[in-house]
Amino acid sequence: MKRFSLLIAAMTLISGVASAGTLDDVKKRGALQCGINTGLAGFAYTDDNGKWAGFDVAYCRALASAVLGNPDKVKYVNLTGKNRFPALASGEIDVLSRNTTWTFSRDVKLGFTFVGVSYYDGQGFIGRKKLGVKSAKELDGASICIQTGTTTELNLADFFRVNKIKYEPVPIETNEEARKAYLAERCDVYTTDASGLAATKSTFADADKHMVFPEIISKEPLGPLVRQGDDAWADIARWTLNALINAEEYGVTSGNIDKMLKGTKNPEINRMLGTEGSLGEMLGLQKDWAVKALKAGGNYGEIFDRYLGEKTPLGLSRGLNALWNNGGVLYAPPMR
Amino acid sequence: MNSPSNEAITQYKEARPPPIASVGIIGWLRHNLFSSVSNTILTLVSIYLLSIAIPAIVDWVILSSQISGDTRFDCKVEGACWAWIDQRLGQFLFGFYPASERWRVVIAFILLFPALIPWLTHGIPGQRYLRWFSVAYPVIATILLAGGFGLQEVPTDKFGGFMLNLIVGLSGIVLSLPVGIVLALGRQSKLPLIRWFSIGFIEAVRGVPLITLLFVSNILLPIFLPPDVTLDSIIRVIIMVTAFASAYMAEVIRGGLQAIPSGQYEAADAMGLNYWKSMRLIILPQALRVSIPGIVNTFIGLFKDTTLVIVIGLFDILGIANAMVSNPDWLGLSTETYVFVAAFFFAVCFSMSRYSMWLERRLARQRH
Amino acid sequence: MTNRITLGNIWFDKRGRGYLLQLLVLFCVAIFLAVITSNTIANLQRAGLTSGFGFLGDQAFFDINQRLIDYTSQSSFGRALIVGLLNTVLVSSLGILTATLIGFIAGVLRLSNNWLISRLITSYVEVTRNVPLLLQIIFWWAILTSLPKVRESISIFGVSFINNRGLRAPSPNFEDPFIWVCFAIVVCLLLTLALYVWSGRRQKLTGETFPIPLAGLFLLVITPLVVFYSLGQPINWDIPTRTRFNFRGGFNITPELLALWIALATYTGAFISEIVRAGILSVSTGQSEAALSLGLRKNQTMRLIIIPQALRVIIPPLTSQYLNLTKNSSLAIAIGYQDLVSIGGTILNQSGHALEVVGIWMFVYLSLSLATSAFMNWYNKRISLVER
Repeated sequence: MKRFSLLIAAMTLISGVASAGTLDDVKKRGALQCGINTGLAGFAYTDDNGKWAGFDVAYCRALASAVLGNPDKVKYVNLTGKNRFPALASGEIDVLSRNTTWTFSRDVKLGFTFVGVSYYDGQGFIGRKKLGVKSAKELDGASICIQTGTTTELNLADFFRVNKIKYEPVPIETNEEARKAYLAERCDVYTTDASGLAATKSTFADADKHMVFPEIISKEPLGPLVRQGDDAWADIARWTLNALINAEEYGVTSGNIDKMLKGTKNPEINRMLGTEGSLGEMLGLQKDWAVKALKAGGNYGEIFDRYLGEKTPLGLSRGLNALWNNGGVLYAPPMR
Repeated sequence: MNSPSNEAITQYKEARPPPIASVGIIGWLRHNLFSSVSNTILTLVSIYLLSIAIPAIVDWVILSSQISGDTRFDCKVEGACWAWIDQRLGQFLFGFYPASERWRVVIAFILLFPALIPWLTHGIPGQRYLRWFSVAYPVIATILLAGGFGLQEVPTDKFGGFMLNLIVGLSGIVLSLPVGIVLALGRQSKLPLIRWFSIGFIEAVRGVPLITLLFVSNILLPIFLPPDVTLDSIIRVIIMVTAFASAYMAEVIRGGLQAIPSGQYEAADAMGLNYWKSMRLIILPQALRVSIPGIVNTFIGLFKDTTLVIVIGLFDILGIANAMVSNPDWLGLSTETYVFVAAFFFAVCFSMSRYSMWLERRLARQRH
Repeated sequence: MTNRITLGNIWFDKRGRGYLLQLLVLFCVAIFLAVITSNTIANLQRAGLTSGFGFLGDQAFFDINQRLIDYTSQSSFGRALIVGLLNTVLVSSLGILTATLIGFIAGVLRLSNNWLISRLITSYVEVTRNVPLLLQIIFWWAILTSLPKVRESISIFGVSFINNRGLRAPSPNFEDPFIWVCFAIVVCLLLTLALYVWSGRRQKLTGETFPIPLAGLFLLVITPLVVFYSLGQPINWDIPTRTRFNFRGGFNITPELLALWIALATYTGAFISEIVRAGILSVSTGQSEAALSLGLRKNQTMRLIIIPQALRVIIPPLTSQYLNLTKNSSLAIAIGYQDLVSIGGTILNQSGHALEVVGIWMFVYLSLSLATSAFMNWYNKRISLVER
């Protein structure tokens, strides 16, 4: 027995060569491994050429650009609700950007670090207008489609238990299957994050016959997350997101960034773009990391407008996700 | 009664024709369709059902279908809308593989046939060289698909569609052959420890569904690996599929081994051949030849099962079909895409199973 | 005389080589396991995860729509897994029964001398066998969910309803006097059995036959019915009623269960029909000719002569088909039927205990497999005793 444990110890020594850190791994590999959805309109979808695009994908591209200087150096790993956490825990991906809710147990018990909130969401319901339902509390006896393994599944059970309402849960694996089940009227309403509902509704042929209930039953702060324990990498992921948000606040866009690089009167902008100070070096990146991140797809506002905003089929308004000085709660710490 | 004629019969009478009702179309009908009351009822009911189903299907698939258009909104017909085939067939076959590099996949696929032929038939010229080629084929195919040696590198997350089904199925079968042989020999071994390990492995793998093994490849394999080593997700799937297939392969080959008459074993022993030599030179060549139909059948089963990779987020042909029907341009065409995928699989698997039946018949003839 | 094995000649002795080889294999397996274990420990530690089965007692917090035992979102993960296991067992047993029925009918019909029927059955077998099961499950689910909506439900005599949310039928509520009906059924069952044994003996002695089916029908159906009505029908039916969204009351078979059931039964049925056909063909034609010339009717020949002999060929491959069906029921995940794998996946995701959940899956399926094959081995042995 003792010998066996010695053996194990020896094997641990052999296989457990000290981790060099995610940043070095990414640089050595020359590609960022980014976990994304298997398909959710607006957040992660393929175009006719088979390239991935969307709000979640844009963050991957910005991060890859900040670290490697090229937004195309991303290896996308498509993950379902079930295998997203094991994929991150095992190191198959460097960052998970798959509209994942920041919760206590995921942060603490599952051993991850959420680097911020990229989208403030809440759980809502979508149903046919002809049902004449205005509130989720009227759904007594209804069939409700839910995605398994999500926080929405847990919220739903809580909500109906607290309100003492009976319902028939119709569990579904992916958003795409849920959409099909809802359209086939397998369920009366479909519940998921409000953004997901808007995304799903945008793909309906008869979208005007459906409505998203005004009621929101939970807080769903969505954001990218990394493994716990590699603080240097978490900093990079966090500040790339913050840079995108701050850029919008300071008015730096992909259109005017080249002009701003020549120097501005605002020291915050100068520090962010690396023309002043050494923020990049502190992160272990190059001086112009934020410039590259911004050039990948623009600032937060540009990304939002391109994939989710009012001009897209999803037609989401900024709402909570407007900047703090614009009526929302988006508030990134200063770049100092 | 008349008195019998005295005249001797010197000529055979010409045979009378059989009753009209037992030959020709009527006879065939009577014998095959209306031989009894219950048969008649069965026949009439089936004819009635067929007369409803067949026209409806033909109408939907062909007569009132449409094959041109850019989005589903261009389809203005009652029947099926096949317009997407024109634009999306590439994705169905190659996944997200870059369009400019798809010729490499085609070449790898064409080269597959000369690599397979020497194992499936014999007595063709240049067989020996072809065998060398087929040993080298996996390397060639890997380079062609993944890149390197001057070819542009294609990361595996671009692999998808039918190509992914083929890659997973074929590598599973090819890799499981040697493992299966070892396991089959191990199961027959006189050494108890080796026999127990083989039996344990075979029964454990055959006892669980492939889907749980895929979850192992997806979720647990990374945990089993050293902390800083990561394996590509497709490679992990291939590892688990190989483990799965080799257990079934071992049983097929065991059947082949048992079909060899014991005289062959004894003769090999009498020649003074040791275990490995007698296996390599006498037993295995015969056992494998007998096992080929079983191996083809295992492959058909495995090939159908490769559609399960969709559960762990890979985009095989079914995954691509799902992804396509969630695109607003092609929304709601799931029936058409599923029919297409089903027909595709049917064509491939049906012809392979016919081939294996033909092989079986030929083997049976040879043995007599 | 056996040679002594010493360290010097160990490689040149057959037994010695055997020991060495086994030792080598043992060593390799031990190393392999040790590496995996140490890696796992290291990885779990690095991720700050704990292991162990304690989490099974934690509250699940999610709901399950199909449950054979009581379960609420406040029950534990362990109970959720049991619900899933029971659902797996339910769909597998339903599937096995139906697949056997379909397989036997199709296998016999395929050998029928009716050309059209045998061709139809052949195409059914070939199509279902050569299309991935996953596709077939999705296909049946799509068919079932395109049935009429709840508002336009197909009503069967106003008590059962078919719609795209499944089949809803009245469920019985038994009142106390119903125990007497059960009692009557048990008594009649025993009587029928006794009658069967007695008539068998009498037939052996005298050759006279006794109309067992008719007597059994009378005893098993008529008597309980008489008791039932004389007690004043001690059952009240919970008849489903339409509510705002759904039907309430009665019991419901969801389209997920139905789709999985149909797909598994037709898919495995096709394989079983091949086995049955091969089994029947394996019985030499002399047997049926002899039976026919003895004056047995065609269906008697089939029932008394051919099938019993064919069964001996049929049972072993049939076992593996049953096992396949049980394992294939895990494809439920594709349409959201809440079986063991599906619920396990949810638990895995909510609790983070991947290793344990996968371990439970493997353990359960292995036990199911071993139990099924043990039962079939026992049955096979019993059947082979018929051989003389």
